[in-house]
Amino acid sequence: MSAARGPEAAATARARRAAAAVTDPELPMLTLADLGVLREVAADAEGGVDVALTPTYSGCPAMAAMRADVVRALKAAGFTEVRVRTALHPPWTSDWITERGRRRLAEHGISPPGPAPRHGGPVPLSLVPRRRALRCPRCGARGAELTSEFGATACRALYRCAACGEPFEHVKEI
Amino acid sequence: MTPHDATGDQESVYAGLLGDTDASHWAFGTGFDDPLAGVDTAVPEGVDRADLAAYCLMLGDDALVLAQRLAEWCSRAPELEEDVALANIALDLLGQARPLLARAAQADPGAVPVLPPGSPAPPEDALAFFRDEPGFRNVRLVETANGDFARSTVRLLLFSVWRLALLERLRGSRDPVLAAVAAKGVKEVAYHRDHAARWTVVLAQGTEESRRRVGAALEAVWPYRDELFTAHPVERRMARAGIGPDPADLRAPCAAVLEEVWAAAGLAPPEVPGLARVGGRAGRDGVHTEELGRLLAEMQSVARAHPLGSW
Repeated sequence: MSAARGPEAAATARARRAAAAVTDPELPMLTLADLGVLREVAADAEGGVDVALTPTYSGCPAMAAMRADVVRALKAAGFTEVRVRTALHPPWTSDWITERGRRRLAEHGISPPGPAPRHGGPVPLSLVPRRRALRCPRCGARGAELTSEFGATACRALYRCAACGEPFEHVKEI
Repeated sequence: MTPHDATGDQESVYAGLLGDTDASHWAFGTGFDDPLAGVDTAVPEGVDRADLAAYCLMLGDDALVLAQRLAEWCSRAPELEEDVALANIALDLLGQARPLLARAAQADPGAVPVLPPGSPAPPEDALAFFRDEPGFRNVRLVETANGDFARSTVRLLLFSVWRLALLERLRGSRDPVLAAVAAKGVKEVAYHRDHAARWTVVLAQGTEESRRRVGAALEAVWPYRDELFTAHPVERRMARAGIGPDPADLRAPCAAVLEEVWAAAGLAPPEVPGLARVGGRAGRDGVHTEELGRLLAEMQSVARAHPLGSW
């Protein structure tokens, strides 16, 4: 954020607080700031504000709901003209989920992602499921078995704890 | 998230769900903003706008048409998790198609079908739902009917191996939109490719019947493969302009990845000739199999029946 002082900076800080508190429609324990999808907030002193959101996955259907929720939150905070744009670049990575976000995921029974793979060159083929050092978010045991790399939303994989037998979701590394 | 008045006197159980929210709460699929907002959309110097649009249509149509085919599996896959997986993959591809079609429309507005005044359809929807079959630039591989699960799996394998190799190179495109779409898509298609490759191995190493089916699938799908690596004049010009790779350069890296899969699966690629072109023309020229017409009829019927529809 810019180091500018004055009414813009104050309005931007206020707008950022309001936008950052909006929760994800599909992972409601996370705010958009926790998820790392809130990329930019810039307000002027006349009630206008520009927000940039980035999708987690290209086709994430929650984007429309997120945008509507951000508009609603900023209007409720007194901003009269809210412009939300989708920023494709740089692409979202699960590394942008904050420490607080990871803690909140685990508290709500969802296993947080490990470090995302870095793909500069060719991506290696992986014929066996990637090994993730997961802890069951319910009983804390290690040794969960992958059920599917594709879960109820694009960002989640499905696991089953070998110890307690409960299924749980894991936010994928991308 | 939803404001909910637990104490209110409600006539129906749904009434409280609305709270004081506006209608956008229900309207997924409407109110989309410009999918290219915030990306530098200047066409790079020395690049022909019509060529760039045609190239974006090729890559966008591949994703759009395969997304439609994969969506047909929903509720019909061998297990519930597979329904979810194929729907997720379809959604990723649809998400990739949208900015590509929007880029095509922006680079060459003349390529966008003209809709009746007052139609709320954005240009990328006009391209998806109001173009006729010869206007589609996808390879024929993606349009063919699903067949059984083995055939859809092998098709997804060939496609995602090729598309990942393509997107890896497109990250360095001189076109900022293609570079942005590719940087995001690489992460997604890496999951698609692993998924298809693992299933191919599972089917090949499974029962006698699953092995027979995956062998038959490979025979059926393999002829469509050549088209992926045969450069259309537009692709050749885009390669020269630093926009995309020459399709021929993807052949070796794709073969290397497939070798890994064949080795694990105990399969060998069949010796069958590539699918014939029609007067030298194929999918990239808008010459398709009869399967595409049926797919489009289903995909486009609602939008065409209601060109002014807003939902």
